Amino acid sequence: MGFLNALRYCLRQTLLSIARNFWLATASAAMITVSLLILGSFALVALNAGQFLNQVESEIEINVFLRDTAQINDLGREIRALPGVERVSYIAKEQALDEMRESLGERRDILVGLEEDNPLPNSYRVRTANAEVVPAVAGAIEEMRGVEKVRYGQGYVEKLIMITRWVNAAALFAAGLLALAAVFLIMTTIRFSVMARRDEVEIMKYMGASNWFVRFPFLLEGMVVGFFGSSVAVLMLGFVYYYLLLQVDQVSLFFIQLVTDQRILGTLFGGLFGLGVFIGGLASSISIRKFLRV
Amino acid sequence: MIQFYNVTKLYPNGVKAINDISLRIKQGDFAFLVGPSGAGKSTIAKLVFREEKPTAGQIFFNGRNALRFRGREVVAMRRRIGMIFQDFRLLPRKTAFENVAFALEVTGVSGWEIRKRVPEVLKQVGLEKKVDCFPEQLSGGEQQRVCVARAIVKNPVLILADEPTGNLDPETSRELMELFVQINQSGTTIVIATHAWDIVNEMKKRVIALENGRIVRDEEQGSYGYGVS
Repeated sequence: MGFLNALRYCLRQTLLSIARNFWLATASAAMITVSLLILGSFALVALNAGQFLNQVESEIEINVFLRDTAQINDLGREIRALPGVERVSYIAKEQALDEMRESLGERRDILVGLEEDNPLPNSYRVRTANAEVVPAVAGAIEEMRGVEKVRYGQGYVEKLIMITRWVNAAALFAAGLLALAAVFLIMTTIRFSVMARRDEVEIMKYMGASNWFVRFPFLLEGMVVGFFGSSVAVLMLGFVYYYLLLQVDQVSLFFIQLVTDQRILGTLFGGLFGLGVFIGGLASSISIRKFLRV
Repeated sequence: MIQFYNVTKLYPNGVKAINDISLRIKQGDFAFLVGPSGAGKSTIAKLVFREEKPTAGQIFFNGRNALRFRGREVVAMRRRIGMIFQDFRLLPRKTAFENVAFALEVTGVSGWEIRKRVPEVLKQVGLEKKVDCFPEQLSGGEQQRVCVARAIVKNPVLILADEPTGNLDPETSRELMELFVQINQSGTTIVIATHAWDIVNEMKKRVIALENGRIVRDEEQGSYGYGVS
């Protein structure tokens, strides 16, 4: 009973304080919004880039073109024995020609007559467990006897990984800086609230108010500011992302598959929201520790 | 109820506010702490209220070592002590009722009980007609009565008043003292730090005289002393 009364009192104090420092509280909330927007949009980009990479990785394969003199079976065994190799399939030159014909569709006529003197080499198609071992495996195969040429998406996978790494680091840095700014702004907000209520706080102490009773409204104030800031950020992000999904669907950019898994997105948005409230609470507890002597 | 054993308080700036004081105040006592400014009266009040800790010595509150109290126990002790100040320390934006109610609100008392208790104590201090006045609409004596009401509304075992009559005229001061006597008769211990010697002499209560941080005199039914009569 006493607890509920105290809680009601604290809530009232929190709202009063926010109303008193309305613009500062709004600025703090906006700061949280901006930093979470940046963090959130880059998290979404990273999430999608990750999915894209997975997709690419699953499709990446090494083409090993063989000399006509190659010991096909021995070579196949050797390749299979390499670490990281998952699947090896042999493509005879006739099959390669068929595939080419198929891929040319209506213009397949240009290949007419090549059956007699097939210029395509026999080849192995090698799949690895993941994209990272591709360069090493390719290098090893290149050394083998009877191998004419090894081809894979040289460089482009590595670049993609690198770019996403850099982008993520930069985003994290920017968002961290903004979050720090948000912390300082909220600290100032709380400091003003503490100053405005200094007499009251002192009297509360003489009346025998417990420490948490004195501190809680200020702590709550920071968390409420964080709550509003992160709500706006999450709503904006969610809206924009949903809009993007619709657009991608309409233009049917089929090669870009955006992440639509509700669980992953829910965790991301929930996490952002929690982070905002946490930043608010953290900032106010720092401020309370610094400026509120009880 | 309160015992000081060889208590010394040394401030960081080197001032020895009180020096090796031993003191015992019993339940139901009515005592004056007297002495010139800087004799250590306020320091004793601060030590009792645990606003400060002594540099040396022990302090007991109701038979328990008050220096060992942790957060929750300090709060519990403070709820049993009513503080009254020279400068009133009322909240200017709150009415007399709200100021008294504040003392209960911060300890989580229900609204229903607040509405019942507050008018009772305001009546007890003779302010039943000024319930809705703001402090600036009240005279000094009335403001101090609000403070008394605020102190007694939590049913304290002890009232600590630091120069309560400092801002009041003699007549009002006497009325306030009458009020304290009344409260004391219901069993509440009262300790008043003051240098209002005329009042002390009239009251014929226990007088603890301080000088340079030491107790120089402790008499039942004493007088202010110090060469004034």
